[in-house]
Amino acid sequence: MNKLVSRLKGRSELGLAALLGAFGVIVILDAMSLNVPYSQTDPVGPKTLPYIVGALLLVCAVLLAINVLRGGHGEAEGGEDVDLTHPTDWRTVVPLLGAFVLNIALIDTVGWVISGTLLFWGSVWALGSRRYIRDAVISVVMAVGTFYGFYLGLGIKLPAGLLEGVL
Amino acid sequence: METFDLLMQGFSTAATPINLLYAFIGVLLGTAVGVLPGIGPAMAVALLLPVTYSLEPTSAFIMFAGIYYGGMYGGSTTSILLNTPGESSTVITAIEGHKMAKSGRAAQALATAAIGSFVAGTIGTALLVACAPVVVDFAVSLGDPSYLAIIVLALIAVTAVLGGSKLRGFSALGIGLAIGLVGADPVTGQQRLIFGQPLLVDGLDIVVVAVAIFAVGEALWIAAHLRRKPMQTIPVGRPWMGKQDWKRSWKPWLRGTAYGFPFGALPAGGAEIPTFLSYVTEKKLSKHPEEFGHGAIEGVAGPEAANNASAAGTLTPLLALGLPTNATAAVMLAAFIQFGIQPGPLLFDSEPQLVWALIASLFIGNTLLLLINLPLAPVWAKLLQLPRPYLYAGILFFATLGAYAVNLQAFDLVILLLLGLLGFAMRRYGMPVLPLVIGLILGPRAEESLRTTLQLSAGDISGLWSEPVAVVVYIIVALVLLAPLALKIIRKRRPESVLLGNVPQTPDETAATDDDGGVANGYANGDNDSDHDKEHDKDTGSALPEHAGSSGGDPAEPAGRHRSDKIQNERERS
Repeated sequence: MNKLVSRLKGRSELGLAALLGAFGVIVILDAMSLNVPYSQTDPVGPKTLPYIVGALLLVCAVLLAINVLRGGHGEAEGGEDVDLTHPTDWRTVVPLLGAFVLNIALIDTVGWVISGTLLFWGSVWALGSRRYIRDAVISVVMAVGTFYGFYLGLGIKLPAGLLEGVL
Repeated sequence: METFDLLMQGFSTAATPINLLYAFIGVLLGTAVGVLPGIGPAMAVALLLPVTYSLEPTSAFIMFAGIYYGGMYGGSTTSILLNTPGESSTVITAIEGHKMAKSGRAAQALATAAIGSFVAGTIGTALLVACAPVVVDFAVSLGDPSYLAIIVLALIAVTAVLGGSKLRGFSALGIGLAIGLVGADPVTGQQRLIFGQPLLVDGLDIVVVAVAIFAVGEALWIAAHLRRKPMQTIPVGRPWMGKQDWKRSWKPWLRGTAYGFPFGALPAGGAEIPTFLSYVTEKKLSKHPEEFGHGAIEGVAGPEAANNASAAGTLTPLLALGLPTNATAAVMLAAFIQFGIQPGPLLFDSEPQLVWALIASLFIGNTLLLLINLPLAPVWAKLLQLPRPYLYAGILFFATLGAYAVNLQAFDLVILLLLGLLGFAMRRYGMPVLPLVIGLILGPRAEESLRTTLQLSAGDISGLWSEPVAVVVYIIVALVLLAPLALKIIRKRRPESVLLGNVPQTPDETAATDDDGGVANGYANGDNDSDHDKEHDKDTGSALPEHAGSSGGDPAEPAGRHRSDKIQNERERS
């Protein structure tokens, strides 16, 4: 058991292989559930490509798992603002995702101006800015600005939500 | 002369005040996203897609073209002043460009980059004008079997030739193809992969997927590894060049253009390989080889020209065949689909006004870029001081807004989040995003061609190779897949890791790959070179500055040098 644990340590990429495998299985099962009579005008049918894609995903999943178990690993992507010397900073990512999910939950009820303000302010906070007043002012300006920009400039009416009638 | 007339008509469309305004907005935005870290032209176009719904398609594409070319100019500014290339195509520029900047010649480096980009962009666009109609004439004579073969070639080439690990590339391609399957089958109306969700019947909106993968995934990834220490920017005055600089620059510009355009036009060309080849060539031909590694102007002029010429080259398959070969072209193709314009060989016939106005705007945009980049370089460099929390929060904010504005439903934001997390995981585990996006866009078209082909042959599978062009293209596909494999097996007798599409794992192995990378031929060479560049891209942060000063005679030197940094980085980490 311990041996298994030590073998799996640092091999989180296996999760990605599992995900690929799951995708492959889903694609193939979904294609099998399609019920299409053979047609002279469409000999290929809607099932062929899903089978090919599903097979490709399954083969990649297996090869990736083997590759990772043998010590292979994908290289994390670099970039101008990316510092790979420190590990994934979950204390930034989780609040960021929180702000994102909050926006999804709120946008249809409280409206874009409020949910967008929270999204921007929350993201800025998560990313480490602590100038609360300035951040809040910029957030409100961004949300209100895009609301009117989309409405007047593009004719897209974003939800006003609670502020219906005010805006 | 017909082409010339059409081009002139294109100019008259592109030169209307409103279209000039969009071209100007495009080049400004393009330069800005090129300079700004963490955001590139592909992401910028993706973020703008929802906003451009209500625009005239011609105006929208004129703006996108400006962003595309502008990103190239802006990218070189960052690599020279900061030594942190944002796009993989400007990695090589950083090698000599940053050295020049450090030794007080930033102005000349920026000038040769901007003027070289202008020269190459203009010649490249002229070549596009000359080549595209020829390619179209050839392509319209092709039937579905050949067209299918060409799509397969594009998919395989982007996946197998670019990037470090083929296995991870094909995994990404599979995911992209699977996402492309979602929704009602266009022929039978059968619903695939919708899991009972009525909102999925029309398929996943390409805009939402592109924004998720390019913007949300990238912003989350950078947030997870945000560099907390500010980087040192080299202050710069107005770019200018002396007589000697002109003398040393003009030939590299032309040679770089000659490398860049054909590679850009190839299905898996990209800008990485030609910029690298240009660097190596200039180093060999230079009268001042001793300056290489200490800031040789030829090492900036050549790769910068190659980079821009390849951008023009990329537009040839995009406009003439409907095949995207890099991320920005892929998003632009998504834009065509979004506007209900059918990309492919018939585009020149069905939308001549749009296509020629777009091409004319490339000439205009390129000139505008020279004008705003030469005098204003110090202003652009100031953009680098934008506080990072605002930059990345802004990307998430506009990604959300754009994806929501497409259909005004929160469900799209859930898709955006899920695919954004997928994009995050792909960056974490070194899975390239380009095959995913290309697979998503080309998958449905490949399926359509496949079904028409076999319909014509009444289900006989030999219909797939019933045209000579199709046979030739499938042979090329086989070569792309097998040649590097065969070469590696012969050379290293390490077949097992090659079969797995393995990235070399130990420093010794990587060093061994380098030694034969520079002089090999054919696809194997391309493969290795793109590996180098990608590697460069990976940990440029601390990599180049300390070591770029050491010099050696080996053509693969920049890569080799870089490997030693990688080793060092790994040591520091452990």
